[in-house]
Amino acid sequence: MPLNSKIPAGPIDAKWKTYKATCKLVNPANKRSLEVIVVGTGLAGASAAASLGEMGYKVKAFCFQDSPRRAHSIAAQGGINAAKNYQNDGDSTYRLFYDTIKGGDYRAREGNVHRLAEVSANIIDQCVAAGVPFAREYGGLLSNRSFGGTQVQRTFYAAGQTGQQLLIGAYQGLERQVALGTVTMYSRHEMLEVVIIDGKARGIIARNLVTGELERHFGHAVLLCTGGYGNVFYLSTNAMGSNVTAAWKAHKKGAFFGNPCFTQIHPTCIPVSGDHQSKLTLMSESLRNDGRIWVPKKQNDTRKPVDIAEEERDYYLERRYPAFGNLVPRDVASRAAKERCDAGYGVGSSKMAVYLDFGAAIERYGKIEANKQGKHNLSKDEIIVLGKAVVKEKYGNLFDMYEKITGENPYETPMRIYPAVHYTMGGLWVDYELMTTVPGLYALGEANFSDHGANRLGASALMQGLADGYFVIPYTLGNNLADDIRTKAIPTDHPAFVAAEKEVADRINKLMSIKGTESVESFHKRLGKIMWDKCGMGRNAEGLKQAIEEIKALRKEFWSNVRIPGDIDGFNPELDKAGRVADFIELGELMCIDALNRNESCGGHFREEYQTEDGEALRDDANYMFVSAWEYKGDSQYELHKEPLNYEVVHPSSRSYK
Amino acid sequence: MQHYNMNLNLKVWRQKNSKTSGAFETFKVSNISSEMSFLEMFDVLNEQLVAEGKEPVAFDHDCREGICGMCSMHINGRAHGPWSKNTTCQLHMREYKDGDTIVVEPWRADAFPVIKDLVVDRSSFDRIIQAGGYISVNTGNAQDANALPIEKQQADDAFAAAACIGCGACVAACPNASAMLFVSAKVSHLALLPQGDPERKTRAFNMVNQMDAEGFGSCTNIGACEAECPKGISLENIARLNREYVGSMLSGSAVEGLQQ
Amino acid sequence: MSLTGIFLIVFLVVHCYVNAQIFYFDGGVRFLEAAHFMGTNLLIRTTEIGLFAFLILHMVQGLSLAFKNRSRRSQKYAVSAGSATSPWYSRSMALLGTLILLFLVLHLYKFWGPNRLNQLTTGEELNLYTAMKEEFQMAWVVAVYFLGCFSLAWHLVHGFYSAFQTLGFGNSRYKGMIKSVGIGFSIVVPIIFFMMPLAFFMHWL
Repeated sequence: MPLNSKIPAGPIDAKWKTYKATCKLVNPANKRSLEVIVVGTGLAGASAAASLGEMGYKVKAFCFQDSPRRAHSIAAQGGINAAKNYQNDGDSTYRLFYDTIKGGDYRAREGNVHRLAEVSANIIDQCVAAGVPFAREYGGLLSNRSFGGTQVQRTFYAAGQTGQQLLIGAYQGLERQVALGTVTMYSRHEMLEVVIIDGKARGIIARNLVTGELERHFGHAVLLCTGGYGNVFYLSTNAMGSNVTAAWKAHKKGAFFGNPCFTQIHPTCIPVSGDHQSKLTLMSESLRNDGRIWVPKKQNDTRKPVDIAEEERDYYLERRYPAFGNLVPRDVASRAAKERCDAGYGVGSSKMAVYLDFGAAIERYGKIEANKQGKHNLSKDEIIVLGKAVVKEKYGNLFDMYEKITGENPYETPMRIYPAVHYTMGGLWVDYELMTTVPGLYALGEANFSDHGANRLGASALMQGLADGYFVIPYTLGNNLADDIRTKAIPTDHPAFVAAEKEVADRINKLMSIKGTESVESFHKRLGKIMWDKCGMGRNAEGLKQAIEEIKALRKEFWSNVRIPGDIDGFNPELDKAGRVADFIELGELMCIDALNRNESCGGHFREEYQTEDGEALRDDANYMFVSAWEYKGDSQYELHKEPLNYEVVHPSSRSYK
Repeated sequence: MQHYNMNLNLKVWRQKNSKTSGAFETFKVSNISSEMSFLEMFDVLNEQLVAEGKEPVAFDHDCREGICGMCSMHINGRAHGPWSKNTTCQLHMREYKDGDTIVVEPWRADAFPVIKDLVVDRSSFDRIIQAGGYISVNTGNAQDANALPIEKQQADDAFAAAACIGCGACVAACPNASAMLFVSAKVSHLALLPQGDPERKTRAFNMVNQMDAEGFGSCTNIGACEAECPKGISLENIARLNREYVGSMLSGSAVEGLQQ
Repeated sequence: MSLTGIFLIVFLVVHCYVNAQIFYFDGGVRFLEAAHFMGTNLLIRTTEIGLFAFLILHMVQGLSLAFKNRSRRSQKYAVSAGSATSPWYSRSMALLGTLILLFLVLHLYKFWGPNRLNQLTTGEELNLYTAMKEEFQMAWVVAVYFLGCFSLAWHLVHGFYSAFQTLGFGNSRYKGMIKSVGIGFSIVVPIIFFMMPLAFFMHWL
């Protein structure tokens, strides 16, 4: 099947306008009889469900958490980008488009990204109208800050809780529709299968996680807004429940998986402290504005950081990248930290950490503050007291969080940080209308692959989730449903529903009947270790081949030796987790296959064989300027389809930060 | 910081489902590192139970970074444990020492029925939001975001109220099992913003009515909610809710609200 | 609760002011004048009916609220926070209120009841000053008065602030002031009240 991305013809800035002006519409009476299923209630899902409900569609929304407000979009800290140019610093739709394409290392679609940049401004308007309390200046207008990879201030924020505020805004809109009866909410429900009738997605099988019952739900269309799959690495900054299951079921039912190996590793996270560690916590990118990153010059140096003299410290980012220093993009900073730790210069008990030091910043701010206050004869200690107060005001909440988790005071001793899996740029392949290769099945937000290429810029994930849900899907869904107005709701005793439910039930029964000896958690940890070691920040052909074999073996072992206590017909988190880990194992294999296939380094994908002499990523535009879309062909069988990327507007160049 | 290992006695509430009654079960866990989070200690317990062929303790958790509001344990008499402005997932084991006994119970309130073990049903909070915790603006209706300046202090206060994560610790801590702090945080968030103004008169009334209908207790200004709130939501919000409520009664809009 | 509570607080002020007349050390002359005014003025007597109505309303509301709130958690905690998260008196308003009620029964039985009965039957008022002098020679009566005033003090510490919070005055501008005035009131008024039986008992009067 040839991939058709359905990008409208015409100049880049007219594509979306033309589409909106010419797409088919559904009249209000017909909307009332069209049913839409939305799986996942993060930014993309909640905004889509609310918007479609407002438009008059009959919406059913599903989430596995106890409330739609818990979705992991809530944990985003930094902010949301929008080309508003409120700061008069030369921002424009084009610049946001360009920065995103470049930041993605030229592996994203121009058409989609330009549309994202176009609707970004509407998102801010919509959120403010819905009561999102963004940070403001004294004049009462919205405040902006700068973020990595851009030269303008276009990031809107609400302290360190932007994701929370945006999600609550979308959630309230969703609950309003629930109250009005246009949306029916199914919390603590997990989607376990897509039902396909006559080649179209027509519903889902969901499991009520409280009672264990399987339920059949019909929909004229199914929207997957189920987030990313970073938890394939076991340790990541994702929530414990974040999973690939819905997307993976869709994949196995015919939806192609786009660029599965594109994973973002965030450089500043609190490092792993032991085998017990269950998740990693991000420390906002903004800390790199003032913190200096270093390791000791001596290998295996066990001295306390305060005892290591200035000349014995290696500020390796400043050394390697004098132009950008500590502010290099995420992928570059992450790789550099790994390189130092692998070489034996790591710090902390695990030796897998580097220092993020605010000592210099505290002193610098202290001096500025002393000057401001007109005190010129202060001792060093007095200056440091002043400096700490300034740093506290800027980063107080992050410092508190660090102290809660580690028990160390970052005002006195440098933070220990290490890169961690944070976001997955890959996801279900979708066309311009956000439809997967299965007609009637859509993917929105992080669940799709479309907008970030091989590397996502900070503050762009929230933008994409809301763009898809609020401003894209309301048009593109209508364009397709307009042809479905004569399709009556299909009763759920249709053979396709029966068969799909049986498939799910069989699988659950099989899992429960294994009665092996090893816990689900243990398998997940083992998968995570394989993925992190061989398909993590650095990958090579040898390692990936090994990983594929190891994962196959792990999968076999899982299906013969997993132990799941409890019952099928009741609340059983171990069973829920088992299903998710089983899917992660399969996905892990595909990620390695994809990484092995892509013989180049780009963005978050770093193949050690493909680097420049000084260790930088080496892209191969001649051979790999395409989207890898994988088709499921049976167990461990995947067929590659290539969607070529045509750059009509932006001219790819190599990224340098030296 | 010196790390250490410890052995602990856990007294944990076990309950099969909402229809059966529950009881405490005692467990021993050993070699717990002081670096672990409280939930990671529970992970260890659950791995131990799986290994013994027993059913693990069910508990709610998701983000494990203190923002999703899903974790909900009542630890030695305290909602989210002994640290102030903290969630269960961010409580760390360095709080405890070798040989300690820790009693863990679910949030207890009739409006939060137990689903299993330490997991409770908090859908009543969603229904309270449905009663009016939103601004009625459809997608696409918005004017430019900067068209309406909002005084910085006002915006900051709205943000402070909006920081509520809906975890239910306020209800768990309140001797009356009242949800006033939760309701007041939402009413305040929206009342402080000009965008929330058009629906202001009915919102407080409808949300408080829904709170009563869900079976939460009434506020008697005890203040335990504020003390246990992981996000530091202030009692001032309850005062503001009371003003809003009285305002809606006096304006007669309450009657309209009832009819809606 | 808050409106009836504030009305009762106002009553306490008046009652306290009138009774404190005994501290003129004039053998009760001014006190009896005031008591006569309070006992015969038509407006005051009408308000007295309102006072009882409010008092009963306050009790009914308070107890039903306490029972309702208690029923909202049928399964109690095995371990509860106690004073780690809230002061004991704020959680014990119903208990303190009931203690005050028990005290009131004795108080009304000793003074208000006989006086009004006498007024009804003979049209004459009793000399409440001598009545006090007599009654407060009994140590157990003084002890009950102490307990009554003690309960009243703690009831007020929470009740005063709580009434204003419920009416929406608990914002940052007024909260501190309301709390301080409330605590001051809760200390001063019960002490003045208790000084009366104590003074008679100790023969200062």
